[in-house]
Amino acid sequence: MPADLSLRDRFKLGLDAPICLTWELTYACNLACIHCLSSSGRRDPRELSTAEAKRIIDEMVEMQIFYVNIGGGEPMVRTDFFELLDYASSQNVGVKFSTNGTRITAENAKYLAGLGYLDIQISIDGADRATNDAVRGEGSFDAALQAMEYLQDANFGEFKISVVVTRQNAGQLDDFRALADRFGAQLRLTRLRPSGRGVDTWDQLHPTAQQQRDLYGWLVGHPDTLTGDSFFHLNALGDPIDGLNLCGAGRVVCLIDPIGDVYACPFVIHDEFLAGNVRAPGGFANVWRTSELFQELREPTSAGACASCGSYDACQGGCMAAKFFTGLPLDGPDPECVLGHGEAALKAQPVQLVRRPSGDHSKPIPVVLAAR
Amino acid sequence: MSLSSAAEAPSFDLARGWTLSPEVALRPEKFGALAYHYGNRRLVFLKSPELVALVEALGSFDSVSEALQANLAPERHASYAQALARLADSEVLVAR
Ligand code: SF4
Ligand code: SF4
Repeated sequence: MPADLSLRDRFKLGLDAPICLTWELTYACNLACIHCLSSSGRRDPRELSTAEAKRIIDEMVEMQIFYVNIGGGEPMVRTDFFELLDYASSQNVGVKFSTNGTRITAENAKYLAGLGYLDIQISIDGADRATNDAVRGEGSFDAALQAMEYLQDANFGEFKISVVVTRQNAGQLDDFRALADRFGAQLRLTRLRPSGRGVDTWDQLHPTAQQQRDLYGWLVGHPDTLTGDSFFHLNALGDPIDGLNLCGAGRVVCLIDPIGDVYACPFVIHDEFLAGNVRAPGGFANVWRTSELFQELREPTSAGACASCGSYDACQGGCMAAKFFTGLPLDGPDPECVLGHGEAALKAQPVQLVRRPSGDHSKPIPVVLAAR
Repeated sequence: MSLSSAAEAPSFDLARGWTLSPEVALRPEKFGALAYHYGNRRLVFLKSPELVALVEALGSFDSVSEALQANLAPERHASYAQALARLADSEVLVAR
C-alpha cells in the first residue's frame, strides 16, 4: 500500500471535498482580541440568512463533509445559532464550534450537553487573568472560566480549551494543561499567524525562537495535546508532530466566511485567496471543485529558497498565510523557520511589506496591546 | 484532526466475520476513501481503492480469511489483514 508520504502528496492535489472546513457564521463579536484572525467586531449586513446557512449544511451532506468547524466572530451572537446547530445535528453533520464563552449560560449549557455530534472550544490566551485579558480584553478570562464551569456542571463531557501560543503565554503550557485537567477538558494549542488584526500585533506576540524550540519539546512530550495541525513548521526540529503536516489551503482546508465568500484558509482573508462565493450558481461545491484559485493551489509547488534545506520534507516551508502577511515569498521559508532563515529574510526586506487583510470588521475602537 | 496511529491489534481474529461499523461513513476519494466515525469522531484514511473494496465487501463474508481470498491475490493477504486489524482497532470495523 502507498506510504504516508504519497498520501500527503495526494492531499496536495486536492480532494473532492474539504477535510477541514471552517465556517465563520458572523463577523460580529462582543470582544476585540488583538490577534483576531478575521478582524471581527461588527456584523456585516450582507451576512448569510438562516435559509442560506441551512443550504450550506445541505451541501455538506451532499458532499459528505462529515463535520465543520464553526467560528466567527462570536458565533453564539447569531440569533439563529441554536437553530443552525439543531439543523446540522439533525443532518448528521458534526459541529465543533469555537466561542469566547461569554454567551454560554447555565441553561444553554444543559441544552448543548444534550446535542449529539457537538464539540465546543473555549478560547483563552493566558493561563491567568492578566495574561489573557491583555490579548482578549478585560473580563474575558473570568467569562471563559465561567463558561467552562457551566459546561462542567451540565455534564457536557470533554470540551476543548483552545489557546493561541504567544510570547506571553508560551511559558504557561503546564498551567494550561492543569486548567484543562481541572475541567476534564482537552487542551488545544494553535499557532499565531499574522492574519486579521494579527498583522499589527504579530511582531509583539509571536513566540521567540527559543520558545518555539521549547514548544516543540513540550508537544512531543504531550502527544495527546490537540494542535489542529498548525505547528508542522516545527517538524524541522526532529520527529514530526502527529498530523497531516502540510499546508492544506484550498486542497483539504478552506473557509466560508459570514457573507459566503470562500477563502483558501481561515488565515488568508484577502482578495488574493478568495475563490468565489456560495451564493453563486453551483454553491459551495462549485467553488471548491472549479475555482481557478483552488486549481492553482493544487498544482505542484516549488520549494523555492527552501529547496536546498534538508528539512523541507519535514517542514514543507511552513505556513502560506504567515509568509503572505509578512510579505515573504510563498515559496520560501516561513517567517518562523526554526533554522532562522525566515527571520533573516524578514530583515533583508528593503521595506517591510505588510499586506492588509481585505475585509476589516473591527469596531472603531483603538486596538492596543495592554501594558504588562 | 488526528491521523490514526493505532498500534497493531494482535487480537484481530481472521477466522471471524467483521463488517464496516454502522457508525462509520465512507467518502470515496481518488486515493481510496475517508472513513469518519460518528461515535469517536475520528477520521481514518483508507489508502487504496482495493482496501475500500475489501472493507465494503467484508460484511458479506463469514470470516476475514474468506474475504481476503475472494478479493486479493495471496501475496497481499498479510498486509491487508494488518490494515484491517488497524481499522478494527480504530473501530471502523466491528465484529459481526
Ligand atoms: S528553510 Fe524552509 S524548509 Fe528549511 S526549515 Fe526553514 S522553512 Fe523549513
Ligand atoms: S495557509 Fe497556513 S494556516 Fe492556512 S492551511 Fe496553509 S499552513 Fe495552514
